Amino acid sequence: MTEKLMKGNEALGVAAIIGGCRHYFGYPITPQSELMECMARELDKVGGTFLQAESEVAAISMVYGAAAAGSRVLISSSSPGIALMQEGISYLAAAQLPCVIVNVSRGGPGLGNIQPSQADYYQNTKGGGNGDYRTIVYAPESIQEAADVMIKAFDIADRYRNPVIISADGMLGQMMEPVDLMTPVKEKRMECKSWALTGTRRRREKNIITTLYLNAEELEGKNKELKKKYDLIEKNETRYELYNMKKPVFIVAAYGTMARIVRSAIEILKNEGIEVGLVRPISLWPFPNKAFEGLPDGVKGIAGIEMSMGQMIDDVKIANNGRLPVFFYGRTGGMVPTQVEIAKWLKCVIEGVENN
Amino acid sequence: MKTIYSRTIGLTDRDTIFCPGCTHGIIHRIVGEVLEEMDLIENAIGVSAVGCSVFAYDYFNCDMIGAAHGRAPAVATGIKRVHPDSVVFTYQGDGDLASIGTAEIVHAAARGEKITTIFVNNAIYGMTGGQMAPTTLIGQKTTTTPKGRTIEGCGSPIRISEMLSTLECVAFVERVAANSPGNIRRAKVAIKKAFEAQIKGAGFSIVEVLSSCPTNWEMKPEEALKWIESVMMPYYPLGNFRNWKEGV
Repeated sequence: MTEKLMKGNEALGVAAIIGGCRHYFGYPITPQSELMECMARELDKVGGTFLQAESEVAAISMVYGAAAAGSRVLISSSSPGIALMQEGISYLAAAQLPCVIVNVSRGGPGLGNIQPSQADYYQNTKGGGNGDYRTIVYAPESIQEAADVMIKAFDIADRYRNPVIISADGMLGQMMEPVDLMTPVKEKRMECKSWALTGTRRRREKNIITTLYLNAEELEGKNKELKKKYDLIEKNETRYELYNMKKPVFIVAAYGTMARIVRSAIEILKNEGIEVGLVRPISLWPFPNKAFEGLPDGVKGIAGIEMSMGQMIDDVKIANNGRLPVFFYGRTGGMVPTQVEIAKWLKCVIEGVENN
Repeated sequence: MKTIYSRTIGLTDRDTIFCPGCTHGIIHRIVGEVLEEMDLIENAIGVSAVGCSVFAYDYFNCDMIGAAHGRAPAVATGIKRVHPDSVVFTYQGDGDLASIGTAEIVHAAARGEKITTIFVNNAIYGMTGGQMAPTTLIGQKTTTTPKGRTIEGCGSPIRISEMLSTLECVAFVERVAANSPGNIRRAKVAIKKAFEAQIKGAGFSIVEVLSSCPTNWEMKPEEALKWIESVMMPYYPLGNFRNWKEGV
């Protein structure tokens, strides 16, 4: 095992290349620019192509072209930039083109700021593009996990012919941690993409990639085809971690950077004799509903804790389906709550529930 | 018996959606003929746009993809960067290219992206029902300029060929018209030269084709062809604006 101290943005870039990425398109934006710069430096060494686009709108359309041409293609940005890409993401999902999108999210709405934030949960999981579509969304909590998720993301994208979003807040992008990237990865054998645009080369009929279906029956059929695929993804690709679930009186649902801080808060409460469990969704879509279905007896409530005003909490409520009382705590605008702050709030809520 | 004229294998046998008298069909035909004559069909990847040319992916007999409105040059860039040996072209109208896709066409040209753009300029939005385009002429009536386009309200029409020809990495720019047999022949020659520029790696190439829209211009097809000559050409002069071979 060889560990190297790496910034999150750089680890994501190096991991993408290990995962088979050969094309990158993007537009500079803080706090993800190191990822873009890493690709500019590293892709050339493996015979890949880096291109700085004139805008995020153009960059995602370049991804649409490169994905259609059969390449493993990466794009990265941060919140307002991802907002501009929603058109292209809808097209990619509609045309069933694989790609990996990184959102190193920052404070919003509007231009917001460049501090870490989880206020793009809706943007990543519900999308702002038009139509019935889904993107697979992973939310790593450490740089190692970010690298691991990134290496596999291209396989997942190719397998389901669907965009994969990696949601990493500004904290993960900017901080440094030891990362093991030396795990030998089997040389990726690119699947034969018979649907890709290569020129027919006198070997096959022409391929057409389109998202236009003027006939309503046909378009509904396309949507049903997509739904079938999304159901399969929900079945196969839901990922989450359970932590401290032996005899919790309370459960916290948190992801990414927030989940790490919640772990520390859980330790503080443990020392006070209060056991709190953590459900940490790793895939934000598909959301791990089942993690909330079989919670241990004795759990008296669920708290969603986010670096937002409350977005994932909607999915927690759906998963909870009215079984337990649900509470929410959030800081936003780039504010990152401390473990002490969270422990104090949790203690107060738990006491309130127990006294009721 | 000898066949002297037949459908080009550069086009599929699909019926087109174009209105009677529209010259899109002619432009499709000459692009298809060029693909056939230059033996490019098996190696070409085309990008269709949004507007009347939206179904170009059904008509050209090569690998095709439909882009979002205005984004065809960016999509073509992505394809070309993956398959640098392919011949990549976009087929876009004036609403798509000169309005919503201005950034994409200007920067693809500025990068000298080795793609070819067929730009169909009929001075109006056809598919959506005759609204003003950035190329609509001063005084021209459309559904969104019912009293005629004015400079005060809308500024002046954009001359795309002249504008793009100022960019260093652009290899070939020519404006042609699809309004007479002679002009159609010249248009085909220009399209050939544009593809040649791409194949030789000279840079970005574009052919702007002045085209008619009898339906939305509310003219008979024959009048529309005359209108191209009498009204469009004085503002959009035909000719070559950049040719890498001659270093113009």
